[in-house]
Amino acid sequence: MNRSTHRESQKGLLIDFTKCIGCEACMEGCREANDLAQPSPGDPPARELGADNFTVVVPREVDGKEVFIRRLCMHCADPACVSACPVGALTKRPDGAVSYDGDLCFGCRYCMVACPFSVPRYQWDSNAPVVRKCTLCYPRLDEGQEPACAAACPTGATRFGPRETLLEIARERIRKHPDLYVDHIFGEKEVGGGSILMISPVDFAQLGFPASMTHNPLPELTWAVQKRIPSIVVTGTVFLGGLYWVVNRRMERARDAEDAREVEDARGAER
Amino acid sequence: MPSIAGMDVRKLITPGRIAIGIIILGGVIITLRRFAFGLGATTNLSDQVPWGLWISFDVISGVALAAGGFTMALLVHIAGDHTYRGLVRPAILTAFLGYLLVIVGLLFDIGKPWNIWHAIIYWNHHSAMFEVAWCVMLYTTVLLLEFLPMVLERFGLHAPMRIIRAIQIPLFITGIVLSTLHQSSLGSLFLLTPGKLHPLWYTRYLPLLFFFSAVTVGFAMVMLESFLSSKFLRRGLELRLLARLGRYLAFADIFYLILRIQDLTRRGVWGEAFTGSTESIFFLAEMALFTVPLFILFSSRLRRQRTPLFLASLMIVIGLVLNRLNISLVGMLRSTGGSYLPNWQEIWLSVFLVLCAALVFGLAARFLPVFSAEGPRDAGAGAKRSTDGASQAAPA
Repeated sequence: MNRSTHRESQKGLLIDFTKCIGCEACMEGCREANDLAQPSPGDPPARELGADNFTVVVPREVDGKEVFIRRLCMHCADPACVSACPVGALTKRPDGAVSYDGDLCFGCRYCMVACPFSVPRYQWDSNAPVVRKCTLCYPRLDEGQEPACAAACPTGATRFGPRETLLEIARERIRKHPDLYVDHIFGEKEVGGGSILMISPVDFAQLGFPASMTHNPLPELTWAVQKRIPSIVVTGTVFLGGLYWVVNRRMERARDAEDAREVEDARGAER
Repeated sequence: MPSIAGMDVRKLITPGRIAIGIIILGGVIITLRRFAFGLGATTNLSDQVPWGLWISFDVISGVALAAGGFTMALLVHIAGDHTYRGLVRPAILTAFLGYLLVIVGLLFDIGKPWNIWHAIIYWNHHSAMFEVAWCVMLYTTVLLLEFLPMVLERFGLHAPMRIIRAIQIPLFITGIVLSTLHQSSLGSLFLLTPGKLHPLWYTRYLPLLFFFSAVTVGFAMVMLESFLSSKFLRRGLELRLLARLGRYLAFADIFYLILRIQDLTRRGVWGEAFTGSTESIFFLAEMALFTVPLFILFSSRLRRQRTPLFLASLMIVIGLVLNRLNISLVGMLRSTGGSYLPNWQEIWLSVFLVLCAALVFGLAARFLPVFSAEGPRDAGAGAKRSTDGASQAAPA
């Protein structure tokens, strides 16, 4: 919708899997900044996104090589969830963050179905549940701070900045070290691109990311149909009205003819 | 015709009634549990499977199963085939109750039902769910107005009756247009999921397929409900009329299947149908349930027999439900890595809601002119209406 207007203002994160050491400082920073429930001591670290885990670090082994990946909301440029929400509880902000207003939400969970990355989570055990996901720490962005995960990362594996700058950095790293990286910036083009960019030493499909995603924004798929609603309403009404009129007129004519015949017969009988 | 069944007190307690009582009691308990403890305590839903039986069956299938209301209105009141006059009111009653069931099912399933009115004031016209919400609201209102004459007639309220009669045709047309939008919009919901929904079901023609499968099942439901009310409400069965309606069902079904097969061929995904995967088995079952009835419906001998005709309509109804379950549940599981089987409370509540609808249908059939009144009285009203129309149409 306003993708192009805000292209310059969009911020984002560049996540470089080659630099991630799996320390989970980002997860901790995230929990603190977003007031998420702390895991009970002794629990194994979360490996799945959850209502209280907006991001997770997941170790993956590919060809004997250990790679740490991060999962979080991709903050798409033209998000499926934003287009899906019937009440507009989800919005794409000019700074790139996809934000969510739990007061508007009535809980249809269509955003969860629509998200191509299956990111949004729900509070299944709550009596007034809301959708939960990474916010790109937009309250922090408003205060001029960077997202908590980027601030917490000790190795620079997660880096905050304007999306365009991050894209240049990512391209530069891949160009300089083709031996270290696969030539793919995940999030640059997937479903139209987003604010979160990832680069990796191995193929993204091998790390469990969706393979061969379309490069077109998903909302266009729905809009191609939705935009026809007015013409369907007009055409349908005219067609049905016309059909009724034609059929009804034909029946009336038949009845008129019948009436005329009855009158004739009656006259004939009088004579 | 409707012999009012005598209420024999000694026969009040029957095994059937006890079963009904148990189902209702369970339904009440699950209702309390749902609103006291939330969805987690009453369903097997998860972050990987956010839509389960309640959405797939009660809501998405429920809307399609209510399609008889608009197909019969179209056939009789717009296209003027008055042979089927007597089937319109039961179909409208079924549709009305079906939509009420959908709404109640929705209130159970959505996380914050007290916020449902937000759809009225916070608009996002890009959302297919927004269209769904508005279609539910508007068409339920239209169905109420289409149903109301049965109540007004029963209590002899002639003044409001005249008003509804006056707007009857615009009302039917509005209902048909809204149904077209609503049935197809449920398919539009899944247009956003190209990477998630299995290729046997994902196509950009989903809205079209949802619409034509709904038209098909609309006829099947009208027939099925005739069979069921002849059995349970001890009504006569107009088998010849249903056999004739079976031809419409046959043509709707074959048209839908041609669309479906053509789409699968165009996308080149037939290979997926025979891999033996869970998806392929569910797909083949669904296709079989839509195909086998054709052999009955296109046989002029079988179509005129009670049991085959009953089975044909039943198969199409089950096939439709399976299709909707496949799209909203089965076809989604692989990509999200989730697993799901409804728990007993989800199943029980669905049975409970269907039972409630059936009981209300039975009550309405007993106390309202659902089956009987479309006789000479109505024909007279129709003639009156048409003379009015004639005087307006011919001032010259």
